[in-house]
Amino acid sequence: MTTRDPDLPTFARRHLLGIEGLSPHEINDLLDRAEAHVEVGRQVSKKLDTLRGRTQINLFFEASTRTQSSFELAGKRLGADVMNMSVASSSVKKGETLIDTAMTLNAMHPDIIVVRHHAAGAVALLAQKVGCSVVNAGDGAHEHPTQALLDALTIRRHKGRIARLTIAICGDVLHSRVARSNILLLTALDARVRLVGPTTLVPSAFRDLGIEVTTDMKEGLKDADIVMMLRLQRERMQGSFVPSVREYFRYFGLDAEKLAFAKPDALVMHPGPMNRGVEIDPAVADGPQSLIREQVEMGVAVRMAVLEAVARNLPNG
Amino acid sequence: MPLLTGTDHGRPLLITNARVVDPSRGLDERGSVLIDGGRILAAGASATGQGAPDGAETIDACGAVLAPGLVDMRVFVGEPGFDHRETFATASRAAAAGGVTTIITMPDTDPIIDDPALVDFVLRRARDTAVVRVHPMAALTKGQKGQEMTEFGLLQEAGAVAFASGRHAVTNAQVMRRALTYARDFGAMVVHHPEDPDLAGTGVMNAGSIAALLGLSGIPAEAETVMLARDLRLARLAKGTYHAAQLSTAEAVTLMRWAKSEGIDATAAVSVAHVSLNENDIGAYRTFFKMSPPLRAESDRQALVDGLADGTIDVLVSGHDPQDVEMKRQPFAEAADGCVGLETLLAASLRLVHDGRMSLSRLIEAASTRPARLLGLDAGTLAPGAPADMVMFDLDMPWVLTEADIVSRSKNTAFEGARFSGRVTRTFVGGRQVFPF
Repeated sequence: MTTRDPDLPTFARRHLLGIEGLSPHEINDLLDRAEAHVEVGRQVSKKLDTLRGRTQINLFFEASTRTQSSFELAGKRLGADVMNMSVASSSVKKGETLIDTAMTLNAMHPDIIVVRHHAAGAVALLAQKVGCSVVNAGDGAHEHPTQALLDALTIRRHKGRIARLTIAICGDVLHSRVARSNILLLTALDARVRLVGPTTLVPSAFRDLGIEVTTDMKEGLKDADIVMMLRLQRERMQGSFVPSVREYFRYFGLDAEKLAFAKPDALVMHPGPMNRGVEIDPAVADGPQSLIREQVEMGVAVRMAVLEAVARNLPNG
Repeated sequence: MPLLTGTDHGRPLLITNARVVDPSRGLDERGSVLIDGGRILAAGASATGQGAPDGAETIDACGAVLAPGLVDMRVFVGEPGFDHRETFATASRAAAAGGVTTIITMPDTDPIIDDPALVDFVLRRARDTAVVRVHPMAALTKGQKGQEMTEFGLLQEAGAVAFASGRHAVTNAQVMRRALTYARDFGAMVVHHPEDPDLAGTGVMNAGSIAALLGLSGIPAEAETVMLARDLRLARLAKGTYHAAQLSTAEAVTLMRWAKSEGIDATAAVSVAHVSLNENDIGAYRTFFKMSPPLRAESDRQALVDGLADGTIDVLVSGHDPQDVEMKRQPFAEAADGCVGLETLLAASLRLVHDGRMSLSRLIEAASTRPARLLGLDAGTLAPGAPADMVMFDLDMPWVLTEADIVSRSKNTAFEGARFSGRVTRTFVGGRQVFPF
């Protein structure tokens, strides 16, 4: 399935810093490329040589298991040399040290740096200081573009399209970079996005940006095609943003009863890692409507497509 | 529960020759009230002349006022934990004696009412032992520590009608902001005691010349106004529903007037003590006049009365806070705050009506109709179909309050020896007479 118009410009950027600013054509271009890589991942021989000779550095200022391993696998399947750098961030004085780190790495002539950082905007700042491609693997509560792309690919493969689908994004939108990238991507592709959660976690400012916001799961999930749950950090469950786990699960946790408000063929997604029994009932997470494990598979394919695309746009590409 | 009369006999009840005051319908007229099955069938002039239904019991009110029973939004009960001060049984009898048919209880018990199971406990104890209706407010923060909000959703489902900080203030503005925000999702009201504990400091009475003369540490008006001003702005930011539990200062009235003109969803209450008494009443260290917030200057009292009359202050409460002898027979600075008030809520506030400061209708509205509406209760009205919760009182009967008139288990009244005009003669809850006992 290809939604790309061959006459329109393809993804021609050196960095992927966010979904913001991407045209629908660019997004579809990346999704189409990723589609092809899904098959690669299912073959016995998963190795391509698109990035042979290239150096990819995964620079993670924030701990990550799945995103980092997904990027690592994607780079390796494309033939790149992949190096993982985990930088303890707690004692780091952001601005200066971040740039120092970037300059140091730049001197090693990498081709691609994949960056995760706890501060919004940090990845874009780093991108200004290096000569290689930079891919944002999550910056603060700002963006996580490859997660949004893999979510879109997962949806597209099941529903055949993104446009006109009703997609409910539920939970801790306030602290979620996944939510922001998804809102941007899904609305760019003409989906109808709804945000559902307590006002402490879904600020009404999103309503001012023209997105439907509701505090009621029944209303929010009504006729939804996709229910996308977000992770609630443990430290936010005990009275600061919501009073308790049991109250949160009661009103905002996805269980079979609430899922029944959505369309009968609605699909359930979660970017992981899940808090079972907090934002999602294990029976739903592992149930027939869940796409959660498939999202992980799509992650590798999407990241292969992104790495390939940015590398192609390097001056020496 | 003693049953002297009413529909538990299976008979309708017709009360004739009454002055029917029902602010919910703008009624203040001569008429009758007909009740059956515990509910109002008709009330007012139009209810007269229909004749009594077959077998109806008839009471001649002899011109007494018949109004919706009072709904008291601020009642401290000692159960659980301080049963020696007050139980639901004793508090509800004190309420019945004062014409109060619904009491809203504060969560400051031991344990503090911050868990759905405890709300359930309160409701069950009230059902089994109280002679008036009881609705609990649950704690606003866990353990009233002012740090983490409670489970507003689950507590509301259990029966909590609002979320109150009780005697405490939430000093952390972010906590207050989030509580207002989160409460809004559940349509819940945040009830706060706006007194900055740091500014109040070691103060035990209103700051000013009397405190200076008595050698007592003072609480400035700003302890209230600084925090109220903060709260009102947070309510605007969060678009939440805010209620100031008990105000004491003139400037607080000004702030409330401003908040309402701004469209902020904020309401306030004042206690009958604060519209009846001032700091001079403390006299020679009389601890029954020690309360929180403290009695203020006469100019504050005047402003509070004006605010109550024009609706800037929405609600009149008793602030009923029973304290035992041990807690009150102490040097003033060491005595506990609080006074009982259920028995005297109506009698003391009728002074404002007799003095021409407000209409009887406005008084009943502030002490019954308005609080019932704020909390979404089926009370505060004599409209057909409403539960027959009513107070009958002789508007002019003179009497002097003695300790024997205090039904509450604790006797710490600020009105001992007070001369009143107007006395409750009968109280009905759901058509049943609960006073006289």
